[in-house]
Amino acid sequence: MLSVSRILVRQLPSRIARANYSVAAPATAFAPLNSVTESDITHFATILSPSSLLSTLSPTSTSPEELDQFNNDWMGRFRGNSTTVVKPKTTQEVSEILKRCYEKRIGVVPQGGNTGLVGGSVPVNDEVILSLANMNKVRSFDPVSGILVADAGCILQSLTDYVAPHNHIMPIDLGAKGSCQIGGNVATNAGGLRLLRYGSLHGTVLGLEVVLPDGTILDQLTTLRKDNTGYDLKQLFIGAEGTLGVITAVSILTPPAPQASNNVILALPSFDKVLPLYQVVKQQLSEILSAFEFIDRTAYDLAVKHGQGRALSDEDVEGAECFVLVETSGGRREHDEEKLSHLLETLFEADKPLINTGVLSQSPAQFSSLWALREGVTEAVSKEGKAYKYDISVPLSSFKDVVDGTREHLHSRGLLHDKAVKHVLGYGHVGDGNLHLNIVADAYLPEIEDALEPYIYQVVASHRGSISAEHGIGAMKTHALHYSKDKVSIGLMKKIKEMFDPRGIMNPGKVLE
Amino acid sequence: MRPSAARLLNILVPVKRAVDYAVKIRVNPQQTGIDTNVKHSMNPFDEIAVEEAVRLRERLKDQIKSIKAVTIGPPKSIDTLRTALAMGADSAIHVEMPESAPAPEPLAVAKALRAIIEKQEGGVDLVILGKQAIDDDLGLTGQMLAGLLNWPQATFASKVDIDVAKKEATVVREIDGGGEEIRCHLPLIITTDLRLNEPRYASLPNIMKAKKKPIEKLSASDLGVDLSPILETLKVSEPPKRVGGGKVESVDELIAKLKDAGITAV
Ligand SMILES: Cc1cc2nc3c(=O)[nH]c(=O)nc-3n(C[C@H](O)[C@H](O)[C@H](O)COP(=O)(O)OP(=O)(O)OC[C@H]3O[C@@H](n4cnc5c(N)ncnc54)[C@H](O)[C@@H]3O)c2cc1C
Repeated sequence: MLSVSRILVRQLPSRIARANYSVAAPATAFAPLNSVTESDITHFATILSPSSLLSTLSPTSTSPEELDQFNNDWMGRFRGNSTTVVKPKTTQEVSEILKRCYEKRIGVVPQGGNTGLVGGSVPVNDEVILSLANMNKVRSFDPVSGILVADAGCILQSLTDYVAPHNHIMPIDLGAKGSCQIGGNVATNAGGLRLLRYGSLHGTVLGLEVVLPDGTILDQLTTLRKDNTGYDLKQLFIGAEGTLGVITAVSILTPPAPQASNNVILALPSFDKVLPLYQVVKQQLSEILSAFEFIDRTAYDLAVKHGQGRALSDEDVEGAECFVLVETSGGRREHDEEKLSHLLETLFEADKPLINTGVLSQSPAQFSSLWALREGVTEAVSKEGKAYKYDISVPLSSFKDVVDGTREHLHSRGLLHDKAVKHVLGYGHVGDGNLHLNIVADAYLPEIEDALEPYIYQVVASHRGSISAEHGIGAMKTHALHYSKDKVSIGLMKKIKEMFDPRGIMNPGKVLE
Repeated sequence: MRPSAARLLNILVPVKRAVDYAVKIRVNPQQTGIDTNVKHSMNPFDEIAVEEAVRLRERLKDQIKSIKAVTIGPPKSIDTLRTALAMGADSAIHVEMPESAPAPEPLAVAKALRAIIEKQEGGVDLVILGKQAIDDDLGLTGQMLAGLLNWPQATFASKVDIDVAKKEATVVREIDGGGEEIRCHLPLIITTDLRLNEPRYASLPNIMKAKKKPIEKLSASDLGVDLSPILETLKVSEPPKRVGGGKVESVDELIAKLKDAGITAV
């Protein structure tokens, strides 16, 4: 019975197998992959402790429901049909599992916190899910250099907590910090809220330990800040979304914790003030500016509606078309406060004000609450309905046109109403030119998808932007890669993939078609 | 005799600068106190007190004549007053103490507040203050002040209504297992509990305005009070570290361990 349904699944085009969404079938250049069999389970059982092996196949007897959380993605948009989840505890175990999968041509999906937003962390068919959740130990931390070496499965928040008593912070921070793993962050080259200040993971990651598809362990786990000895191989795995190998450990440079942090939310009368505001803020705050985040009115209203942080007073939000959150972090409270208060005075007393008003947090509780209004948008959107998320890089000046243009486009297709698209909103990391364009719908409908794609990708291409600024390609955008990468680049990417993963077992159907 | 025209209310809100609640407290190496070189902000219960005063004005409009914040503390306490002013207090008093002076105890604070209240020309009709400060957790100042002034007190307030004409307040107090509603005459001392309200953000226009609001500076001797402590702190130490749990192999072992720990069936 089981094998019948498995065959059925494998023969169905992925469009039907994953009812919610459609992409072209996975890589065709590789020979077809095999499903996990009972003999594979027996073999895995010799590698792993019993609690590390979950499978609906005998001799194990996990119920399919128990696998749901691994098969479904965070948005509830992508669904895999995996029968088997392995949760190795050591790099060696990872290596032995991959060796088996390589020999038997079984697809493998590395999975971190499963918070990815492009369907990269769940199988397209019935690949084995390799969860890093059991690899969650800090290997070392040097409080002098700030270099942290940790297993890939460490949750970002727990690493933040780990380095905090040593007066350091993680160079990366994002709304999913309570669930996402450092390995997942590296695999997606996640950007997040601190990129403006501390740069991307391509700079802060100093070394990686990776298990290659055939089980070979690549030890590049150095803790050197400088190492110009030929090709920098680790860079290839940063942002590869698990298509080249499984990251098992990360060495990362953590910056000293700022001694003082402040934040304000500024209410702006119109979007065209965001750019000039950014210029003034950058110039006046200079080295203490650590975040400049934008949320439009719709995003703000949704965050408030779904209880993300304490709302500003009615008076403060009146007439605001959008909001900007500015954060400062620095080494001396008095110095920072003086700078910030001078900035606010200038803004407030200007002849042609860029802002209506704003609020300044007075305590750490208010500091978190202001952040929650921005960080909570992702969650608010998912509570409001089904989200189509486009995470794009476009010139800052076009943010509003892109959001409004999309709304008008949907309107012209008759799709802007209660039973189709409820909201079109924009928020994001202004400092990085990164706009999160979200379309909140009542349900995922083919009409909506057809209206959005390729429309949005064409808009992005017309601005020479990126179709994925920080979330990656995953399964969601493989077909659209060409809007941001030319033929030569895609050709080289395919060659790299074939070299690392000649059998195409690593996260098939992701990044490259 | 004709009833006199209802007098407008003057509210006094004592506020304290305290180590922020989000800060991890560390005992200093000499074990004489805690490391105070950390982030401070207004004691959260006092923030609630300021918020309540401002909300009373929003509800009762002109019937609230003044909201004055007061703090007793080192020079940096002025930040706390600025926050109160930005939230909506009209003016403030800073009873300044030297940076190095030990923190005053509740009785001394209550005596200083009494002296301040007696100095206020228009009088004070209502004092709203936190039920306790989160640094020493004593929870005494409001009650002592009521005793010294011989005023009624409504402690641990979770709801406050004022009838200015009748000079009466109806206050719901948090008590074990629920709320207790009491009615008191003004002048009155109210101490705030957590659920009374949620303090607002300070908005930029109000922060700007706060910079121009008056802050009167006084010293302990101006008030004729002695702020030096009467209690002597012998030693401050951290609570013993919690030891992690262990796993037992069998029920018998569990029972044996419980017995060892002195836990027996009743
Ligand atoms: C509320 C919320 C806010 C977010 N905010 C941001 C943001 O501000 N900026 C941003 O860039 N992203 C953001 N994201 C998306 C972001 O990509 C992920 O949250 C995070 O980086 C993924 O980590 P994860 O451990 O959950 O990985 P998963 O979702 O489990 O996996 C993501 C991808 O990485 C691969 N992968 C995971 N672990 C490994 C590993 N050890 N080795 C190899 N491959 C691996 C998976 O196969 C998959 O392709 C947000 C997501 C949510 C839900």
